[in-house]
Amino acid sequence: MATKSYRQALNEALAHEMRRDPDVVIMGEDVAGGAGGTGEVDAYGGPLGVTKGLIHEFGAGRVIDTPITESAIMGMAAGCAMTGLRPVAELMFADFLGVCLDPIYNQAAKFRYMFGGKARTPLVVRTTIGAGFRAAAQHSQSPYHLFTSIPGLKVVLPSNAYDAKGLLIQAIRDDDPVIFLEHKLLYDTVAEVPDEAYVIPFGEAAITRTGKDVTVVAMSRMVHFANEVADRLLAERIAVEVVDPRTTSPLDLDTIIESVSKTGRLVLIDESANRCSVAADIAALVAEHAFTALKAPIRLVLPPHTPVPFAPILEDAYIPGPARLEAAIRSIL
Amino acid sequence: MQLTSDELLRAYRTMKSIREFEERLHAENATGDIPGFIHLYAGQEAIATAVCFDLGTRDHIGSTHRGHGHSIAKGCDIRGMMLEIFGRRAGLCGGKGGSMHIADLDHGMLGANAIVGGAPILAIGAALTSKVRGDRTVAISFTGDGGSNQGTVFEAMNMAVVLKLPCVFVFENNGYGEATGASYAVGAPSIAGRAAAFGMPATAVDGTDFFAVHDAARAGIARARNGEGPSAIEATAVRFHGHFEGDAQRYRARDETANCRRSMDCLSRFRGQVTQSGLVSPGQLELIDAEVLALIDSAVSGARAAAPPAIDDLLTDVYLAY
Ligand SMILES: Cc1ncc(C[n+]2csc(CCOP(=O)(O)OP(=O)(O)O)c2C)c(N)n1
Ligand SMILES: [Mg+2]
Repeated sequence: MATKSYRQALNEALAHEMRRDPDVVIMGEDVAGGAGGTGEVDAYGGPLGVTKGLIHEFGAGRVIDTPITESAIMGMAAGCAMTGLRPVAELMFADFLGVCLDPIYNQAAKFRYMFGGKARTPLVVRTTIGAGFRAAAQHSQSPYHLFTSIPGLKVVLPSNAYDAKGLLIQAIRDDDPVIFLEHKLLYDTVAEVPDEAYVIPFGEAAITRTGKDVTVVAMSRMVHFANEVADRLLAERIAVEVVDPRTTSPLDLDTIIESVSKTGRLVLIDESANRCSVAADIAALVAEHAFTALKAPIRLVLPPHTPVPFAPILEDAYIPGPARLEAAIRSIL
Repeated sequence: MQLTSDELLRAYRTMKSIREFEERLHAENATGDIPGFIHLYAGQEAIATAVCFDLGTRDHIGSTHRGHGHSIAKGCDIRGMMLEIFGRRAGLCGGKGGSMHIADLDHGMLGANAIVGGAPILAIGAALTSKVRGDRTVAISFTGDGGSNQGTVFEAMNMAVVLKLPCVFVFENNGYGEATGASYAVGAPSIAGRAAAFGMPATAVDGTDFFAVHDAARAGIARARNGEGPSAIEATAVRFHGHFEGDAQRYRARDETANCRRSMDCLSRFRGQVTQSGLVSPGQLELIDAEVLALIDSAVSGARAAAPPAIDDLLTDVYLAY
């Protein structure tokens, strides 16, 4: 198996599915990048390079550069999804959700239920999340907690290159709208990734470290912090089990509860928000369904209830990181 | 030329300050010491300068991600801007905003804006404040060619016409939105024409000609101040740098920026215009050049030496800290 980056894994997933199914189209700002310019047409290949090269194989008819007009991008994607295409619409930064929420929230998410099961909306919104890019308050948020709270949406958070490919292929083949959130600081991370297509079903958590002393639930980039802390604590014979839900909707609560039943302790680390975070949601579910398994209070490691600050010293303090995670684990052992 | 020589020198100082600020940032950014992303305004100086030239401190502007030029033209403190871009505590936003969020409400600067199409809807709000209070101030929004396609912009223009708001929509057409050419992404033959279709006067001008932009801006601002409603200006120029610092610019022909610097430099054009008129001597301009250079030098060294925010600042300026 070859070692590939998260970026390349995503690119392969898109290429596979576009080859396999002529109804798959990509749309977004600078997904090729260069239309109407005086240089190369594939100059960007996506703002962060994920869709690079696809226009050469699939053409501008299927790799569609759009004007900067997110509400029309998302609306068009919802509309073409309900009429037979399988669009992968790119929202450059998840922060821009602010200008295009309606087609996602009131349209795509609701069609299937609201139309009595008659509609299918096989739409994928690919977007980027994450602080740590020094990009300040409007380009650094991780609003997957918002998407997770919306019935009708599936919400996917790949934490590594292998999962990224399998989850994106699943997302494209899925008949429901899927919000696929890529962490900006993971694009250059690498993993063993098969050349062929494969799917990772939604609602199946991955256990990235096994241990009997404490369960850590982490998503996206936070999984790397959790693994790092688990490896470090092993030297002290503290065995941390790390659970990466991979999708927050559907959520594999069974695996989380199974782990907590074994360890009796739960810490969650989550970049989304301080209030109403995914971590808080999972904590509530565990408290509801597995209260008697708990030997200690649940701990949450979250960002503060502030916008993402610009200055590096502040942004670094904002991000829930390994040091705070380790302290939280120790506090309940 | 209707401006006095003092006014011409003031305009030149502003344009030169923007140019020097941006070219210096280009060099400073290469050292790796500036966090995050900066979008340089070099090449478009005549537009910000001419549009803001007749504005008072109480008039408002709303800006874009490429906001340094607008900020300087509106009178923001250059040292405070530099500090902010370096992420320093003494910066205009305490180091919390950075290049894409420079704001200075005391100078009527409603903020650079990292959301494309963010300014026009805020500007109509500032214009409504003016209308309700009857204070004869005006609000200006700056938007790029790429941003001109954003739904919020169309909505803002229609609202402004409906409510007869005292604002001017300025569209800076620099040919690109990121890597995508305006000729592709703007469906209409002209941005000004599209603005006019909303029911307001709209002019297209050469944005490398300070005087052309100034004439258009003066007319729009006067109209707004007199309660006659909104108008729009499309000013064409080029950006001398990439979309952001670090942009390889493969979407541009190799010699495009070099050619533009030769043939579409608003600053050298202005120099030629004003010295030929005899109102201003080359020596006066050179004196300004030296003063501006010294100011930018000291802004940079001040910013480099300044302290970052304190860690406790993370939890200030929020209504409630968890
Ligand atoms: C709502 C939103 N969509 C996309 C972006 C990403 N983005 C930032 S600047 C930019 C291009 C803007 O082009 P234009 O309006 O022409 O301004 P210019 O960069 O040329 O000054 C894009 C797509 C953004 N910041 N906000
Ligand atoms: Mg532009």
